[in-house]
Amino acid sequence: MLIKNFQKLAAAKYFYPFAGRLIPWLTGITLLLLVYGIYLGLFVAPPDYQQGESVRIMFIHVPSAWMSIFIYAMMAGAAAIGLVWKIKLADNFASACAPIGASFTFLALITGSLWGKPMWGAWWVWDARLTSELILLFLYIGFMALQSAIDEPRRAARAGAVLALIGVINLPVIHYSVEWWNTLHQPASVARIDGPRIHSSILVPLLVMAAAFMFYFFTVVLIRMRTAILGTERNSQWLQGETE
Amino acid sequence: MNWGEFLHMGGHGLYIWFSYAAATIILGLNVILPLRRFRALLKLDNESTHESTS
Repeated sequence: MLIKNFQKLAAAKYFYPFAGRLIPWLTGITLLLLVYGIYLGLFVAPPDYQQGESVRIMFIHVPSAWMSIFIYAMMAGAAAIGLVWKIKLADNFASACAPIGASFTFLALITGSLWGKPMWGAWWVWDARLTSELILLFLYIGFMALQSAIDEPRRAARAGAVLALIGVINLPVIHYSVEWWNTLHQPASVARIDGPRIHSSILVPLLVMAAAFMFYFFTVVLIRMRTAILGTERNSQWLQGETE
Repeated sequence: MNWGEFLHMGGHGLYIWFSYAAATIILGLNVILPLRRFRALLKLDNESTHESTS
């Protein structure tokens, strides 16, 4: 029964109103988490004894970087499902993910630069972590450019899917770059097998901002997917009923 | 609450505020642009419905 309902959702006809009902709730949760997270990050979290106030950049930089990787994994997974089972909604989701993922990657790189300049004295270094994150940005942009260059939607989806899947190799490279190479970028302090090793006064704002960005992603991806459905199902009967 | 000190952020103010501004702009655009497109498509859709029934 549950699976049948889930499978029904895969039709745009059912997904469109379902997403429409979810979006207001997701928006509300996102806003609450964002306000709380930024309040914690700017007013409650203490300055670092070495880095001073610049540690506050972390509350934007780290969640952005986490999202950049998470979204790519989601995008590649959905692209694979679309490729194998030819489910249009999966292709829709993958395409909707790309600009959001690219934005988070870009934000991670920019805030990283703005943090690196006062801390390391450099806007950019070609170390493994930074370089692999930059490659992630190129992969996102490549995915979007490839899809927009191909007119026929199913071929565009397939081509993008192949690129997305090839790029998956970059994800473990990004994550382990700080272990495999001598990097300037600091090693993992949260996503570790023996648990996080940062103080709760810094960890809590970080996790709240991460949750905020996560809910933000789900909100925006649903908006994008509904917009795409509006674009492709223009003359469908069911859509006339929905958009009155 | 010394707002001057808050903005100055121990000398790191520019870096911190540019970071938060970049986040606001980038995340804001990611909401505004798709919403605008959604509304435009909705409008087009309603117009074509009324055309075909008039």
